[in-house]
Amino acid sequence: MKIYVCVKQIPDPNTVVSKLDPNTKRLVRSGVSLVLDPGDESTISAAIKLRDTVGNSEVVAVSMGPASAQEAMRRALAMGVDRAILVTDPALAGSDALGTARVLAAILQKESPDLVFCSTESTDGYTGMVPGGIAEFLNLPQLTFAREINVEGAKAIIKRVTLTGYQTVECPLPAVVTIASGSFEAIYPTMKGIMSAKKKPFTQLTLADLAIDPSQVGEAGAREHVATIGKAEARAAGQIIKDDGNSAQAIADFLQRYQLL
Amino acid sequence: MSKTIWVLVEIENGKAARSSLEVLGKAAQLGRAEAIVLGSSAAEVAPTLGEFGAEKVYVHADVIYDNYLTLPAVDTISDLLKQHQPALLMLATTYDLRDIAARLNARNTMGLITDATDLAFAGDTLQVTVPWGGENVVTANHPQQGTGIVLTRPKAFGVENFAGRNAEIETLSPSLNAESQKIKILDRVDVPSEGPALEDASVIVSGGRGLGKADNFHLVEELATSLGGAAGATRAIVDAGWLPYSYQIGQTGKTVKPTLYVACGISGAIQHLAGMKGSKYIIAINKDEHAPIFSVADLGVIGDAITILPQLTQEVKRRKAH
Ligand SMILES: Cc1cc2nc3c(=O)[nH]c(=O)nc-3n(C[C@H](O)[C@H](O)[C@H](O)COP(=O)(O)OP(=O)(O)OC[C@H]3O[C@@H](n4cnc5c(N)ncnc54)[C@H](O)[C@@H]3O)c2cc1C
Ligand SMILES: Nc1ncnc2c1ncn2[C@@H]1O[C@H](COP(=O)(O)O)[C@@H](O)[C@H]1O
Repeated sequence: MKIYVCVKQIPDPNTVVSKLDPNTKRLVRSGVSLVLDPGDESTISAAIKLRDTVGNSEVVAVSMGPASAQEAMRRALAMGVDRAILVTDPALAGSDALGTARVLAAILQKESPDLVFCSTESTDGYTGMVPGGIAEFLNLPQLTFAREINVEGAKAIIKRVTLTGYQTVECPLPAVVTIASGSFEAIYPTMKGIMSAKKKPFTQLTLADLAIDPSQVGEAGAREHVATIGKAEARAAGQIIKDDGNSAQAIADFLQRYQLL
Repeated sequence: MSKTIWVLVEIENGKAARSSLEVLGKAAQLGRAEAIVLGSSAAEVAPTLGEFGAEKVYVHADVIYDNYLTLPAVDTISDLLKQHQPALLMLATTYDLRDIAARLNARNTMGLITDATDLAFAGDTLQVTVPWGGENVVTANHPQQGTGIVLTRPKAFGVENFAGRNAEIETLSPSLNAESQKIKILDRVDVPSEGPALEDASVIVSGGRGLGKADNFHLVEELATSLGGAAGATRAIVDAGWLPYSYQIGQTGKTVKPTLYVACGISGAIQHLAGMKGSKYIIAINKDEHAPIFSVADLGVIGDAITILPQLTQEVKRRKAH
């Protein structure tokens, strides 16, 4: 089986407070620490686990991003992904979810995947709109919010997270699957993994390799733009107390004052 | 001229979902709201929608949508878009509606904005407010080129009442494509939880990793019960298997907006804050005075949740008895 995982490099959500550049009105990605999206790490782990269960399969990481994203791809390879494809092109800057899905679908189209994995949403933009777009462009069914995935014959079967529990959902392959974040423990790259990553196939593409009209992607193709950036209403500073054994009284007083009891 | 805005209304247990009604009310304030209802109970739900703001309702009562809504709904709405070009399609942010939005966007090259907390038309452009990074609010401008899609943040709007409004009903009869019925739901499992549902509760007491171990979560539940509220959790303890996913609050869990939110042993990671920052009053109990949760707390207590929680439950019960 050929399993593809769409992954992205983002500002480290654990150390970087995401900022928008007031001039370009884009997410600030330079001068900050960049990492493979931790959500995607969990998705990669789901793909590797499936590959190893099914046997005779490969996992390929696919990304659209600037040249710096090579590093994120190396990490994916070190985690155990078999090969990587990265498309980088200045014309792709400022792409919206639709443009991104168009580009990723064009790469995947040439690869005839059995399964395409994405995370439910990215940790920087969290629109969650790219995977469904890829599925639509490839004309494939999509199984979403999976916290478990199995393949039986020519079918994929997932446990799909719902508000009140889960559903068991199946569809024929090929299919696009989104993995609910936190469902799979991320694999930590070993020294051996890091060393072998250097020898794994890594394809780098530009827009010209994909036969996409540049006016449909990047800033030119985006159908929305950021008009203004303003300040959110800050919450008024609260009162902070140190527990001296009477906190329960203090909290109960607060509750009573605001008629919450 | 007032703009036409479509709202896809989801059905939950045979009724219009509250989240969809919230969106419908907002659409009716912005212009002429038209609802689309799909599924076996669609014909019963449709006539109730006038009161919530719909001037017109497109109905397709077919059981096919009950099995797996996404693909047949995308087909039907895409068909409808060939006949009418509303200014906007608005959707609540739910599991199924997100899937539908993503595919509709790609199939019809629509353009889409997620996580909106407010929107308004300024002439022919649509201005959408999207909170970002806990600090900035971005107003995205959606130039009018065909129908755009906006997904709104849960609880951004209340349900509006348009008493006496009667919606015109149009029954659709699209032929449903067999290709779009390839996805099958084999079974549905609900994990029962006691007390009010998290999303409806006016009081939520939430626990995080600071509780130390799963066996301590009952302290959170007991306080929640004494306040007539529901218990919630961070992803850290859901991932650790203390609780089912239905308890998770935050970016990848539920968004809640109770009157009172009590955070116990929760650090206040941005992904958690995303789901509860909109609460009216926030109380936080945390050992670490630098915990980010204190930045959103109306009352912050630097202390040990394990000792304070039982005392507080007792105190609440005592004061309630008076
Ligand atoms: C893509 C993505 C999506 C995510 N989505 C979500 C989401 O939807 N919801 C969510 O919650 N998280 C989410 N997270 C995870 C989030 O980043 C945090 O890891 C998580 O919220 C932390 O949970 P916590 O506060 O319980 O644990 P910790 O961060 O470990 O915090 C525990 C806190 O308890 C305090 N403490 C310890 N002992 C005590 C005591 N005895 N009494 C009082 N306080 C004590 C500590 O000082 C600390 O502040 C997501 C992460 C990613 C990458
Ligand atoms: N530029 C990209 N390159 C590769 N995959 C992406 C890219 N953008 C989004 N994705 C995939 O789509 C998921 C959801 O992203 P988003 O729709 O941006 O929230 C991500 O977690 C990835 O799996």
